[in-house]
Amino acid sequence: MKMLQTGIKEIESADELQKVISENENVMVCCGRMGPMCIPVYDAMEELEEDREDVKFYSMAFDNPEAHVIRNAPEAQGFMGLPFTMYYKNGNVAHATSSIQSMDQITSVLDNKLN
Amino acid sequence: MNDTFDVMIIGAGAAGLTAGIYTSRARLSTLILNEGAVGGQMVLTNEVANYPGVETTNGYVLANTMKKQAKSFGCKIKSNVKITKYNLKDDVKEVELEDGRSFKAKSVILTPGGRPRSLNIPGEDQFKGTGISYCATCDGDFFRDKEIAVIGGGNSALEEAVTLTNFASKVTVVHQFDHFQAFKHAVEEAQKNPKIEFLMQSEPREFAGNGQLQNLTVEHLPSGEKKKLDVEGTFIFIGYLPNTETLSGMVELNERNEIVVDRDMKTNIPGVFAAGDSINKRYRQITTATAEGTIAALSAGEYIRQTME
Repeated sequence: MKMLQTGIKEIESADELQKVISENENVMVCCGRMGPMCIPVYDAMEELEEDREDVKFYSMAFDNPEAHVIRNAPEAQGFMGLPFTMYYKNGNVAHATSSIQSMDQITSVLDNKLN
Repeated sequence: MNDTFDVMIIGAGAAGLTAGIYTSRARLSTLILNEGAVGGQMVLTNEVANYPGVETTNGYVLANTMKKQAKSFGCKIKSNVKITKYNLKDDVKEVELEDGRSFKAKSVILTPGGRPRSLNIPGEDQFKGTGISYCATCDGDFFRDKEIAVIGGGNSALEEAVTLTNFASKVTVVHQFDHFQAFKHAVEEAQKNPKIEFLMQSEPREFAGNGQLQNLTVEHLPSGEKKKLDVEGTFIFIGYLPNTETLSGMVELNERNEIVVDRDMKTNIPGVFAAGDSINKRYRQITTATAEGTIAALSAGEYIRQTME
């Protein structure tokens, strides 16, 4: 069941996440809620989706039990701020961030970690 | 995209989106340029229960509905852009973006909004997301049974401190003055909560930890004495700043860097109007922003009609 009201595609299960990251070279997944720290990240992703064909953009609801794969990821250990944003390259976590990120910060990660 | 419009609106919060709805519905070609996320401070509100005609909604839904309304009337919206240069004084106003594009318009409505004020002390950036937060609703449950601090003495700080006692074992409110700016009921609610302690006339000086926040150094202002609070979390609620830095020298700002407008939302420059959280006003509500956005849009329309005559 979809839980987020954003313009980007929402991943609903751990299996779906695995399929997405195995089928696409570069994937950004923002795992959050409809909160003030998360919405700006979704918004930036919606903007980037129009220009960055090399990256697939997805959301995942933090409160979805299936999101345990992100909540409990080793790369997210110590994270205490939503959203948890994961950047995958060739099926592996290339980078992860906690809390709100600006367009510049996101673009920098996409340019430096997924290229 | 065409680069010349009747009206250019800077900012896509409640004021900017409302102005966009009005100008585009009045058949004025309209472009909204937004440096952040669409919705502005409105999306910070989890539940909106005082927007007339809507029983309850949340800020994101309200913002998204306003965005859809504006677009349905033909308004163009570009968000997450960076504006590098303004020319507001000439009859044709011009704005340049970092990526080299530039846009022109007969009239400009400034609605850049505001942003949460940060402390700008060592460790604040480093521990953002690993102990430092600006949103209790978002991150409160990461601090279950932990000791935390709340910085600030206004309504947001004290109300959120009370909310955070649902999660944290202890909440220390650090406030720079010997009295609170919050409403009396918010102060009383916090003061009677057994989990909340207060450090008055004190300011944060440094955050420290090892990967995650472990302590916060606080200075007692009258004595200069410093002490370390062993806290794993700190929530910062010290007000908002108007996003007017890039407008300094372009339009008249007051001593708080708010844009000075008259009752028609006119600035000191002909054809330039302003509305929302960045103007000189007392009350900052979604309803006041939409009202000002409406007035600014109608004034801009009137200005364009007059200059064409």
